[in-house]
Amino acid sequence: MLTKLYDWIDERLDITPLWRDIADHEVPEHVNPAHHFSAFVYCFGGLTFFVVVIQILSGMFLMMYYVPDVERAWESVYYLQNQVAYGQIVRGMHHWGASIVIVMMFLHTLRVFFQGAYKKPRELNWIVGVLIFFVMLGLGLTGYLLPWDMKAVFATKVTLEIAQSTPLIGDLLKTLLAGDEHIIGAQTLTRFFAIHVFFLPAALLVLIGLHFLMIRKQGISGPL
Amino acid sequence: MIIASIDYFDYDENVLLTKTGGIGLEKQDKQQVTRRQFLVYTLMGVGGFMLSSITLPNLRFAADPVLQPKEGSDLINTNLKVDELTNEPKKVEFSFKQKDGWYEKETTQFAWVYKDENGEIIAHSPVCKHLGCNVEWNSSENHPNMYFCPCHKGLYYKDGENVPNTPPRAPLDRYDYEIRDGYLYLSTRAKEVKG
Repeated sequence: MLTKLYDWIDERLDITPLWRDIADHEVPEHVNPAHHFSAFVYCFGGLTFFVVVIQILSGMFLMMYYVPDVERAWESVYYLQNQVAYGQIVRGMHHWGASIVIVMMFLHTLRVFFQGAYKKPRELNWIVGVLIFFVMLGLGLTGYLLPWDMKAVFATKVTLEIAQSTPLIGDLLKTLLAGDEHIIGAQTLTRFFAIHVFFLPAALLVLIGLHFLMIRKQGISGPL
Repeated sequence: MIIASIDYFDYDENVLLTKTGGIGLEKQDKQQVTRRQFLVYTLMGVGGFMLSSITLPNLRFAADPVLQPKEGSDLINTNLKVDELTNEPKKVEFSFKQKDGWYEKETTQFAWVYKDENGEIIAHSPVCKHLGCNVEWNSSENHPNMYFCPCHKGLYYKDGENVPNTPPRAPLDRYDYEIRDGYLYLSTRAKEVKG
């Protein structure tokens, strides 16, 4: 049945070369933990992506209950965590995933760094990786404010003051981020929400696409 | 054939090639815009216009808070008679409606207010210049008659000047004030003290 469906589509659109190109390729022996257990260090990049997928999925579902409004944000988070079935699980995934993704990304970076895998011809992929790192930090930072509890607000206050200490454009930057010159409030919350949910994920997907495109084009770096 | 006798135009070289009696080629004015160039410019112009009409409104929209005119600081009645002020800093609370975009909320702030030797009123913001906690007057037993910040033990003298070798690196901000019918009015935003 499924085969027939696949053949029916393939006959019309010739999709086999498409997915073969993406998925059908050999894993070299030196990166396969089945051959050398120490090759598990090559898993961190993939694990980072895996957690990113979890973050996107759980985030999409959290948005079914969350409201980015100063009066209701905290209560909506409280409700979705404590009243909605599996709320603790879904919010827990997003909460812990946010930390784990940073850890995985850091380990991936360490592996690439200590194996020298960033060297020619893979410099561009290193640069894109660093950009991904910044986007991830931005996601963690903007997401931190959304529950709108005391910890979130004061952490954001600190962040905005750090932004404000930028030479020359500090004040502008702070106002641009916070939405108001003095207040961390309604406008800050909606801004951070938009950045967290649309702007940064869009940037992240583009960068990850480039990251994967380059690794497929150049192949994984050789054994040490 | 007829075609052979017709002048033709080399679009890439921007040269009109004329076969005159089968000998030689005549070059025309180099300034002339070719059809190809014209189309490229037109497409770039139209494309640029379309792109900017999509992006510019959005960018202006996002940057609006930065470009808003700076709001003046309103003066708020503290319901405190100026006669009640002494040499000793007094905690004065005042409430006002704070506008945060579409969201308005009753907000309460306080100030440390006293009269100095010349009878001049000084109204300090309680916000510590180190990391933004609230300072208290005379709350540390070891440091009498000073403003004390409990977070990192920052200290200020009565005139708001920061005590050297404590965390704060600037004097306390001051509220503007006004006296109307004997009552003290304070500004919603405190100002930095220069120097």
